[in-house]
Amino acid sequence: MIQPREGTARGFLRVMHIWGTAISLDVRDEVEPAIGDEVFAWFCRVDEIFSTWRPDSEVSRVARGEMYLRDASPELRTVLELCLDVNQDSEGAFDIHVGADPRVEPREGLGPIDPSGLVKGWALERAGDILQRAGVTNFAINAGGDILTRGEPTPRTHWRVGVRHPWERSKVAMVLEVSDAGVATSGRYERGDHIIDPRTGRPATGLMAVTVVAEDLALADGYATAALVLGERGPAWLAERSLAGAAVRNDGEIVVTQEIDRYRVA
Amino acid sequence: MAAGRRAAATLIATAGALALLANFHTSSGSALTVRTAGGSDTTTATTTITSTTSVGTPVTAGAPPAPPSSSEPASAATPPSPTAPATSRAAVSSSSAPPSTVSSTKQVDGPVIGTPYGDVQVRVVLRGTKIVDVQPLTLPSDRSRSRRISERAAPLLRTEALQAQSANIDLLSGASYTSEGYAESLQGALDNARS
Repeated sequence: MIQPREGTARGFLRVMHIWGTAISLDVRDEVEPAIGDEVFAWFCRVDEIFSTWRPDSEVSRVARGEMYLRDASPELRTVLELCLDVNQDSEGAFDIHVGADPRVEPREGLGPIDPSGLVKGWALERAGDILQRAGVTNFAINAGGDILTRGEPTPRTHWRVGVRHPWERSKVAMVLEVSDAGVATSGRYERGDHIIDPRTGRPATGLMAVTVVAEDLALADGYATAALVLGERGPAWLAERSLAGAAVRNDGEIVVTQEIDRYRVA
Repeated sequence: MAAGRRAAATLIATAGALALLANFHTSSGSALTVRTAGGSDTTTATTTITSTTSVGTPVTAGAPPAPPSSSEPASAATPPSPTAPATSRAAVSSSSAPPSTVSSTKQVDGPVIGTPYGDVQVRVVLRGTKIVDVQPLTLPSDRSRSRRISERAAPLLRTEALQAQSANIDLLSGASYTSEGYAESLQGALDNARS
């Protein structure tokens, strides 16, 4: 039904089901597919450290007070520091402690310490480092809609990233061309109102979805989540930070920042 | 030239998959408009957002703009007929189109294709290399069965064309889909096409 772009026969594509989603690794260099094993081993390690669904993960043990943060992995401490940065820059719209708020209805997978709003992007950045250290230069990774791109899909082209239409899953609302950048989308059309506004303890419903493009996918991920929580103010908040963003309002209007023009082709 | 051919080829490539597309419902409320939020100036950004003007560039998934009526007499598209895929395949060789610019839309009328249920002809609207709409010009309507097929085919034609356009994307960004949802996601379809 869907035809691959011309010239995509090189390299390999692998899909791994982990983190409750599917991760597609699309490598366009002629390299040994075994490098994919190393990347997927990293994703398993990320799950061991950060999964709020696993009682034995580091983040769950720290949340229960069974492990001191100073004894935790440097990865966990790094991510928690990044989360704190976004927390402060968003005036609390991004907060990993939302699951500990007594106003918030408990649900499985929402931990008392929950860096889920940023960790996926951060983990993909590190996966990109693994690949680049191994000499892979042209690849993309998509983890459930958050995308890391490096190099080119085919010579002298950019990676073309469709931003999903919020209501019609077979359609795209926007097409972005990126290289060496990350694209993160936070939205409430796929898993319902699962993103909580830490300031109210209630689900964030002001926007349907927010997409952010940035050099660092970890920040794109965190800022997309924060902007979704900020609702009506989200796009302006992104614009104030010179971030490339596109927000889909509940009425279907898309509000973009000027910076997205660098990437948007349709 | 190549642009038109690629678009047409993509459209034809999906012609046989019409039945699968029945899973993807179309909705008339899918139109999206785009406007720009405030600029990078921190002091004005918040006020700018309230006074922005519409960019006026409808995104590809929404209702397309009324294109300039500069219909080119080239045949670049084959209507994917749900009943006669063999007939539509016959028009592959005639897929040539005039060069198109990136900024403006261009209409290309396909050839009239005879099917057992009547003639079919579509108009494809391109922006650059991308299909932004497919409009049925002629659909079978002489018999009730044909009319039923046409009523089904018209929205599917459009859905299919827009989906075919997404063949030109490498990746899909969206709210986190579940592992189960991946199978029926556009990203899953893209991966299947790649592997």
